[in-house]
Amino acid sequence: MTVNKTSARSRRLMGMLRKEMWQIIRDPSSIAIAFVMPVVLLFMFGYGVSLDAKNIPVGIAVEKADIITQSLSDSFEQSEFFKPSYYHSIQQAQLALEERKIDGIVWLRSNFSQNLQAGKQAPIEIIINGVDSNQANITMGYIQGVWQSWLTLFSNARGIQLNLPVVLEQRVWFNSALNSRLFLVPGVIAVIMTMIGSLLTAMVVAREWERGTMEALMVTPLSMKEMLAGKLIPYFILGMGSMFISVALAVWWFGVPLRGSFWVMVLASSLFMMVSLLIGLLISIISKNQFVAGQTAIAASFLPAFLLSGFLFDINSMPAFIQGITYLIPARYFVAQLQTLFLAGNVWPVILSNAFALLVMLFVLVLLVSSKSRKTLE
Amino acid sequence: MQVNTQYFSQIFALALKEFLALFRDKRSRLILVFPPLLQILIFGFAATYDLDNVPIAIYNQDQGQVSREFISQFEGSETFEIIEYIKKDSDIAPLIDNKDVLLVLNIEPQFSDKLQQGKSAKVQVILDGRNSNTAMTAMNYIASMNLDFNQKWSAQHGATGPKVALQVRNWYNENLQSRWFILPGILVSLILVVILLVTALSVAREREAGTFDQLLVTPMNPTQILIGKAIPGIVIGLLESTLILIIIVKLFQIPIQGDIAALYFGLFLFLLAATGIGLVISAISLTQQQAVLGAFLFIVPAVVLSGFTTPIANMPDSVQLLTYLNPLRYFLIILRGVFLEGNGFTLLFSQFWPMAIIGVVCLAFAGWLFRHRMY
Repeated sequence: MTVNKTSARSRRLMGMLRKEMWQIIRDPSSIAIAFVMPVVLLFMFGYGVSLDAKNIPVGIAVEKADIITQSLSDSFEQSEFFKPSYYHSIQQAQLALEERKIDGIVWLRSNFSQNLQAGKQAPIEIIINGVDSNQANITMGYIQGVWQSWLTLFSNARGIQLNLPVVLEQRVWFNSALNSRLFLVPGVIAVIMTMIGSLLTAMVVAREWERGTMEALMVTPLSMKEMLAGKLIPYFILGMGSMFISVALAVWWFGVPLRGSFWVMVLASSLFMMVSLLIGLLISIISKNQFVAGQTAIAASFLPAFLLSGFLFDINSMPAFIQGITYLIPARYFVAQLQTLFLAGNVWPVILSNAFALLVMLFVLVLLVSSKSRKTLE
Repeated sequence: MQVNTQYFSQIFALALKEFLALFRDKRSRLILVFPPLLQILIFGFAATYDLDNVPIAIYNQDQGQVSREFISQFEGSETFEIIEYIKKDSDIAPLIDNKDVLLVLNIEPQFSDKLQQGKSAKVQVILDGRNSNTAMTAMNYIASMNLDFNQKWSAQHGATGPKVALQVRNWYNENLQSRWFILPGILVSLILVVILLVTALSVAREREAGTFDQLLVTPMNPTQILIGKAIPGIVIGLLESTLILIIIVKLFQIPIQGDIAALYFGLFLFLLAATGIGLVISAISLTQQQAVLGAFLFIVPAVVLSGFTTPIANMPDSVQLLTYLNPLRYFLIILRGVFLEGNGFTLLFSQFWPMAIIGVVCLAFAGWLFRHRMY
């Protein structure tokens, strides 16, 4: 009897699985999402998006040219970060800044060299376009670098030993070259997985309601649990497939080191994938309408994963109540795990604490989904 | 004349029907209004590159007075929060590995002695590079704090060498608040999501229900159908943007320095382009699922390649060329131009016409697809 029961159950589940598989295969759009999206996004983030500024267009306004101003211009010319252009008056340079031809101005007044040689204060005035404040900060850092090396050179040439009081020595762990690709690529994998998980499943139950096939499913002996499992399993396989593609691209194409264990990453990803899929499923069950489901899934997945996960913006710097909200974003935990597994290695405190948070989410989601999904018509 | 009024009343009737289809359902009404408003509030506060209360640790191997002076700068700073003073080398790694601190300042032994003897003293900054942008921003903060310290020290202890200091001014955004830069990008992304889904589902929904064929055999021609389908997206977009703009100006206190008329003209062209793209996706899709996924395949690259969070100038040339097809790129420049730089129509002219072209081409293509994609 029990044998019969389980075999009937597994037959029903297999039937449901087959139906879902066929739906996925017949409508290639979800396969496209699962396999094209990661590739497109990874290439965009790997090649397209970068926070590393090079060849910053900077205007050098020299009101009276001589050997000293020339040596400063040369320092900018030699720096890989700048692409200087020259102006004879500050007005010309300011016009170029307004027209967005240059991002900053280094302004040497006509009395600069004279004051410098007389031992008086000779300031260099810097004007930066502050609209992109992050970029402005980075530009300022580079200008300071050029300025200090020029100062040392200039003093040494005149036989003055220039001793800076405190010298900073920078040591960046895990990413010593400060290559932004190394953190953007693992971060974007988390964003991809969030979107794929929620978006794929957000439509699947809403679609059945809207088309009226939900009633047809309800009159079958299929239990709610079997139906949901039948909906989740194919998308889980699809989602994990795109995860493997993403990791392979990250490691072999973009050269992101994988310092942690591959199997730990597989486990962490499966856990996260389940959470994402269940969020999509919950949205789908509640919405019962594809328009609402689509809007909710996008509102709940893409932008939160992009902005609140700590992938781009540092969570510690957010106001306290926003930090509170980030605890509700599953991508937050996965970003921390991925960046650690790729760049730092198996740091167990980070991996386990975040996995625990995801497990709690999974548990709550299972409860919510099973309480919301009953075989009843409204 | 008779024909003319009929022409427009037919368009009006279709547009009305589209609005009813959207607003009939309570959940659809809510989903159009609340998530964007909620998101601008949350993301507006969250999205900033500026560092605040970053946890750090200090490893002071020096016993002297000067190192305490050096550290006191960090105690008074709002950017950094010292959460631990460590005593030995082996404490550094766990703190950084476990993400307890972003960085450790390692002050060398004899730091005070060296400085007092007029020599250079060394401070090592060990940073967690897992987010290299945050690491670099933190390093920049520390470098400028160090610059202040050095200048003060040199002034007090008789400096030698050339007196060349940097005097910095930042135009348009004097305090370098990254929120001013990012909020316009959030506005554009939120509006894009709403408009694209409204328009992308409008034709796909009718195809799925089978009512699109009926629409095609009515006396309306494809141009009328196109206009009728485009109106809801543009109207909803204008209203929703106005709401979000009010929040940005009143709540986040970002002043509008330039010409509001130029901003709205740009907004209209942007909505035209977004609606056109949405209708093309809709006309290609056979089901609503395809339409949502299609909208998504457009939204994500469009947002990422708009210059919203990362500058277009840092992208490789080939990708930069691609961004010229992206209406978000132009509208973002207009928004930032009007908000921060005080621009008007003349400086922004080169941003207007590409969006108009994208809009007209996409709308024409969508109209063509209405007739030619039939199953």
